[in-house]
Amino acid sequence: MLQHPAKPELVFTWGNPSRGDDGLGPAMYELLLQEDLQGVDLLTDYQLQIEHAIDLEGRKHVLFVDASISASAPFELVRLRPEQDSSYTTHAMSPQALLSVYQQVNDSSPPPAWLLSIRGYEFGLGEPLSTEANRNLLAAFNHIKTLLGSEQPEEQT
Amino acid sequence: MPSNLETADNPKKLERVVIEPLTRVEGHGKVTLLQDEDLHIKQARLHIVEFRGFEKFIQGRPYWELPVLVQRLCGICPVSHHLAAAKACDMLVGTTQLTATAEKIRRLMHYGQTLQSHALHFFHLCSPDLLFGFDDEVRHRNIVGVIEDSPEIAKQGVLLRKYGQEVIRVTAGKRVHGTGAIPGGVNKSLSQEEVRYLQKDIDQIVQWGQDAVELIKRIFFEQLDYHMAFAAIDTNMLGLVGANGEFDIYHGGLRARDAQGGSIFDHVDYTRYSDYLREGVKNWSYMKFPFIEALGEDAGWYRVGPLARVNNCDYFSTPLAEEQRKLFKEAGHGRPVQASLAFHWARLIELLYCAEAIRELLLDPDLGGTDLLNKGELQGTGIGVIEAPRGTLFHHYEIDDDGIVNRANLIVSTTNNNQAMNESIRQVAGMYLDGKQLTEPLLNQIEVAIRAYDPCLSCATHAMGKMPLEVVLVNEQNEVVDRLEKRITGDIQRTYP
Repeated sequence: MLQHPAKPELVFTWGNPSRGDDGLGPAMYELLLQEDLQGVDLLTDYQLQIEHAIDLEGRKHVLFVDASISASAPFELVRLRPEQDSSYTTHAMSPQALLSVYQQVNDSSPPPAWLLSIRGYEFGLGEPLSTEANRNLLAAFNHIKTLLGSEQPEEQT
Repeated sequence: MPSNLETADNPKKLERVVIEPLTRVEGHGKVTLLQDEDLHIKQARLHIVEFRGFEKFIQGRPYWELPVLVQRLCGICPVSHHLAAAKACDMLVGTTQLTATAEKIRRLMHYGQTLQSHALHFFHLCSPDLLFGFDDEVRHRNIVGVIEDSPEIAKQGVLLRKYGQEVIRVTAGKRVHGTGAIPGGVNKSLSQEEVRYLQKDIDQIVQWGQDAVELIKRIFFEQLDYHMAFAAIDTNMLGLVGANGEFDIYHGGLRARDAQGGSIFDHVDYTRYSDYLREGVKNWSYMKFPFIEALGEDAGWYRVGPLARVNNCDYFSTPLAEEQRKLFKEAGHGRPVQASLAFHWARLIELLYCAEAIRELLLDPDLGGTDLLNKGELQGTGIGVIEAPRGTLFHHYEIDDDGIVNRANLIVSTTNNNQAMNESIRQVAGMYLDGKQLTEPLLNQIEVAIRAYDPCLSCATHAMGKMPLEVVLVNEQNEVVDRLEKRITGDIQRTYP
């Protein structure tokens, strides 16, 4: 089935750039694109869906990046485990649910994965990133660059 | 006619049950049921409670940005908005005929997105209902249950989605925020390498499409009476058809047929849609209620989407889908199939068609052509209509002399089905809930009826979805007397008192 050669590290961001701070994920994608990142694939989408399980295949580590309305500022980083939560039943999945789909479909454990949640505040259609969210974005960006230079991320909240 | 459950005679004296928000339906909507003291349903409504206008988002922007800009209206249907806006922009730039390459690449993109959208809906969102029944344990009735019980079906769903997304990526240039369709044409053709890449798996995709249709038929016919009766409502049906009456989801004229299959209008130039359709409003919902003007608001509402399209067309141009259409038509016994659950059946016939159409297009040398654009004189009005996966989608723009949008009107697929979804839940409420205590499986039947339409409330409201499910019972003094909450884990808990 269709698949491109996978680099060992994957940073997967998601969100809608036209919905205010929901665009934090895509904004991180744009920042990381400017970096000379070796061995790292960057992907972005409006939201997570079942087919993204295929994007996880062949990875050493996966870092998901999303906006959050409840995370502590500037961001939170947590290790993810496959979880069969109710986001299976929506048009948009949680990363934990995606890991679970990977596990079920491939009959093997997904790669180690983390979620970096950047605190956002305003999510209205047509709004730009808020000032506070921009500040949080830069803090998260610096942390991701550090992570990508290390062997394995540590949880940080 | 709208059913008599739209508005109760004395709503303040009735208990109110709120299902909010809907699961497996994007956006923020809720269903309210009002019961009298004998537990009879007296009123049922699907509400849209939040709305942020897209006009403000679009107005003041240059027209050439529209095909990219409108993708951000909804993260679920970006390609539908991309193509509808591109068609409207074709009219703005005076394009009366796309080049062969441009039209075929746009069609390929559209078939890819319809295939992936229908695959998600069947394999991911609704197959648990259909495979396990509505009374199955909640925690099992999801994609995990499908994977556990039918791992190959679940895997096919994932891979069908992936294939459709790859068609979009190749034709639009990127996985998201694609720029493939531009005013007057497309900005790239396909290389031979890209064509070969998509050809590699297309025979498997067609086979899975055939398997999916066989699966839904088996499910449907196992409980034929139930599936034909559940949420069934007699409605008019609207959609595009090709010049010869063939199934066409990219371009054509508007065809409307009544509940018996009689013609209301046919092959109407879609740029004249406002001569035939009106949008009604009700004070309890932000979502409008479109209707056929000649029939009036009470009798003129209609359904769009797979059910309407498969009923309305005279034939499919691909052999496997056409064979399935004939079998589908037989189920109507001489009139349109009106069962709401037949949406699922029709949706998979369309999925099969898209797979076949992609296979045919991938053999067409025009995909690699270099003649990509065709423009004329700039016009003030642009109207583009496509058959999006969920139904007919209208984009209408007015621009000034500088090309700046000063008016926009979008009628999205889900809005076209607004009255029909309301009628379906009233039918279900009246048939299955009346006189009974409310339980989660019974309430789920309401959601099953709505899910059959695959609504995108994100499109209709431009609000983001909120998923936990809350059921609240309120008495005539507006006091909460009961509350059920569906947690993120899928557990149902009574949280009141």
